[in-house]
Parts: sequence; C-alpha cells; structure tokens
Amino acid sequence: MKARAFSYFRAHTIGEALEAHAGAGDDVRFIAGGQSLVPALALRLQAPRILIDINHIAELRGITRDGEWLRIGALTRHCEMLTDPLIAEFAPLLRAAAPFVAHPAIRNRGTFGGSVALADPASEFPAMVLALDAEIEIAGASGRRRVKADDFFTDLFETAIAPGEILVAVHVPLFQAGQRIAFDELARRRGDYALVGCGLLATCQGDLIERIGISFFSVGDVPTRARHAETALTGNRIDAARIAAAQAALDADLAPADSDDVPAAMRLHLARVLLGRLLGRIGEAA
Amino acid sequence: MSPPVDIETEEQVRIRLIVNGRKVACDVAPRDTLVDCLRQQLELTGTHAGCEMGACGACLVQLDGAAVHGCLMFAVQADGARIDTIEGLSESGVIADLQAEFHRRNALQCGFCTPGMLITAHELLTHVARPSRETIRDALSGNFCRCTGYEAIVDAIAAVAAARAATASQGAEGSSP
Ligand SMILES: Cc1cc2nc3c(=O)[nH]c(=O)nc-3n(C[C@H](O)[C@H](O)[C@H](O)COP(=O)(O)OP(=O)(O)OC[C@H]3O[C@@H](n4cnc5c(N)ncnc54)[C@H](O)[C@@H]3O)c2cc1C
Ligand code: FES
Ligand code: FES
Repeated sequence: MKARAFSYFRAHTIGEALEAHAGAGDDVRFIAGGQSLVPALALRLQAPRILIDINHIAELRGITRDGEWLRIGALTRHCEMLTDPLIAEFAPLLRAAAPFVAHPAIRNRGTFGGSVALADPASEFPAMVLALDAEIEIAGASGRRRVKADDFFTDLFETAIAPGEILVAVHVPLFQAGQRIAFDELARRRGDYALVGCGLLATCQGDLIERIGISFFSVGDVPTRARHAETALTGNRIDAARIAAAQAALDADLAPADSDDVPAAMRLHLARVLLGRLLGRIGEAA
Repeated sequence: MSPPVDIETEEQVRIRLIVNGRKVACDVAPRDTLVDCLRQQLELTGTHAGCEMGACGACLVQLDGAAVHGCLMFAVQADGARIDTIEGLSESGVIADLQAEFHRRNALQCGFCTPGMLITAHELLTHVARPSRETIRDALSGNFCRCTGYEAIVDAIAAVAAARAATASQGAEGSSP
C-alpha cells in the first residue's frame, strides 16, 4: 500500500512548524522519525493532507545538563539513547530500555520525542518517562509549558499535547548516588513489542527503599505507575516477603484487558513475575 | 492565519541526493518513499521492497552513513542527503568479504533478503569488531529471510568478523581476506 497524496513542508524552526500547522487546518501531521507514522500512512490508517517535517529543527536536538535535570531534545534518535554518555550517567533507566526499542535500523531513525508523543502503551520510553517523574516541555501557539509525566499520558494514544503543539524536550531528574534502576520485558521475540514490560527507579538509604517509581507497559491503555506496589515497598528492606507483598499489590494497580492471544490473567501473572525479578536484582545490588 | 506559502504542492518536487557517491536530481511526489525513488527513478533495484512497513528489512540503505529503512522515509525527506545502496557498497568493495562468505556458506537462496542482510551486517561490523552470535542475531532481528534460515547467515557474519580481526592483528603484513 502507498500513502495517500499529501503536501510536504520542511520546517527549520519551532515557530515555523507551529505557524505552518496553524495555517493548514485540521488535516496535518508532524513527522519526526516516521517509524510509526509512515507505516500508518502506508496502511491508510491516517491520510493527512499535509506533512510537516520537523527533522531539521535544531532546537529539538541535543542532550544537555540543566541544573538538576537532563534535557533530552525531542529529535534524539533511539540509537543515541544507547550511546550518549550523558544518558548513561544521568538517565541509566532510559539507557537500559533503549536496546529493547525495535531493531537497529529503526533505532537509527526513530526519535525519543516521537515515541513519547505517540504514547503507545506498548512502548518502552513513555513508561520509563513516567517511572522517572520526568517533565515534558511542549511548545504551542500560546507559548511553552512543562507538564509532569503523571499528567501527560491521558488515554490510549492521547497525551497533554494539543493538536498543533510540539513536544520540544523531555526533562529527566538527574540520576543520584544511592539510586538503583532495573528494566526488563517479556516478549515472544527480541525486538517485538513486549507482552509485559517494567522498569523502576529506587532511591535507597543503605538497603532501605526510601522512594520507588515503578512503571509497566503493555498492560493497559496507557503507561501505568504501580502505586500500590510502590507503597508496599517504600520504607522497607527488599526481602522475599516484601517482594511478595509488592507482587500482590499489582492486583490493585494493573487492569490488563483480555486480548486475542493473551488472557488478562496471564498478563497480570507475567507482570508479577517480572516485578519479582526486577526487585530481586536491585535487592542483590544492596 | 494564512497558509504558509512554501508548502510544496502534491505535485512533483525536485530533490537532490548523493547516491553512491554521485550527485543526482529526481522529481518525486511527496508520497513516494525513498525505496520507490531508488528503484523507479534511479533504477537501483538492489534495494528491495517487501512488506513496505518496516518489518522485513529488505529495503535497508545507508542514509548519511547509518542504516535506515527505505520504505519508512519519503524521498523528499532525503533531499540533500547522502544515500549508499547495496550497489554502491558492492562496487566500492567494502563488503566483498561478506558477499563471498554469504556465497560460500549458502547464506542465500532467492537473494531477496540479502541486500538488507548485508547492510545490517556491514553496519554491525563497523561498530562491533567481534560480535557474539547473540549480538549478531540481535542485530538481524529486523531482517526476515524466508528461505535460507538464519544459521548460515549468522555463520557467515561471524566468519567475516573473525577473518577481519585476524587480518587486523597481522597489521601491515596481513594478506587480503
Ligand atoms: C517494525 C517496528 C518495530 C517497532 N518496535 C518498537 C518497539 O519495540 N518499541 C517501541 O517503543 N517502538 C517501536 N517501534 C516504533 C518506533 O520506535 C518509532 O520510532 C516511535 O514509536 C515513534 O517515533 P518517531 O520519531 O518515528 O515518530 P513518528 O512516526 O514520526 O511520529 C509518531 C507520532 O508522533 C507525532 N510526533 C512525533 N514527534 C513529535 C513531536 N516532537 N511533537 C509532537 N508530535 C510529534 C507525529 O505527528 C505522529 O503522530 C517500532 C516500529 C517498527 C516499524
Ligand atoms: S520493505 Fe521496508 S522493511 Fe520491509
Ligand atoms: S534468501 Fe530468500 S528471503 Fe532470504
């Protein structure tokens, strides 16, 4: 299949892209890496009249330290998430998730910002942005704003980004001494979307968990924080009993739907198994 | 607000590329993918179109030196870029050892997947000198072969990696592979 005919505009600044979108009516899409959008156009799931290419907007590039935050420009490619030293040092959870995102050639082109903007509930990065309590910088006609990850993912493929707005960067709190991360997913085949995936960031005092952020993907319509499991762990040492309590708490956190090939009960079971493994790993690191 | 004046129409757009080291200009419709442009306009048919959805890897080319799917990019987006296709990599000889090893080990039958396999292998060996079989399999996870099976393909890539490493360690005295 081939995309429906459209017009193409290459933007060089955020202002130009916003203006082009505003002037063009409803039927417009921004294209970043295109690794999700182009297949959707080829299948004619979408058929915009105009594509605005944001790949040449310099302000959307770059990874920089900004006080207590790491600023990750929207156009950062997935492959850079694997290789950038600042990501490895200050956002190791994102570094840990990156090898699980698609395949090498898709990682060369797909963008971090595109993944977060798309908010596919089966994607790794949106869920990790949520676990990290990151903030998402959005530019629109009325200026810039920063939205907390908690308020960003609103529904299936829906985010706080309004039509015509651009995700500029994701700001991630710097990884600190005493923090630990763990990430893993269960997939049928490497590079496929996960049946269940999970990542976590724990702030520890000795072997005591002071704070923990746990996010799941592929278990519902949106990336999901496991708040009850977090509560079960906070202020405690990780031992077999605590791990079991956290696993049990997932019943209240996750409500996967039955899908054609994976019953909800199985997905919940896999989520418990995965959480047990990840907690075991950070427990061992104590 | 008035619509921006310089949005290209749905009609043809003139793009300029450096393909396999040569400057070319093509007229494409915005919806033509890079693989359409390479195959139909430039008659470089070594780049194959399989699924046209990013799943099979038959359409891989190098864009400014990195492997990308020709089916997941519109030709207009590549305006100004350097593209290297399997034809260019073959002519330059940089993958001659990979091609010979694929042949020797029967790592291809119909050959449909082979250009994409070679581009993936070339990129992997550029970044990782001695990849494990696990790493090779991981790198090939986006390339589908419907005939040969992956065992021979992984063998061929591993053998080339070993041979290149041996040549490199022999330094200036190393013979050609
Ligand atoms: C075979 C295959 C396997 C894949 N496997 C995985 C996987 O395992 N995990 C995974 O997470 N992803 C996977 N993907 C998707 C891929 O990672 C995409 O790159 C990513 O999800 C979207 O990023 P993009 O830059 O390509 O966005 P695009 O496809 O360009 O855009 C996606 C959407 O986001 C919007 N958008 C993009 N950037 C911005 C921005 N800065 N501001 C506002 N809106 C924006 C676009 O308008 C569009 O609606 C896979 C894709 C393929 C083809
Ligand atoms: S044709 Fe591009 S991945 Fe199949
Ligand atoms: S050799 Fe036929 S598809 Fe791989």
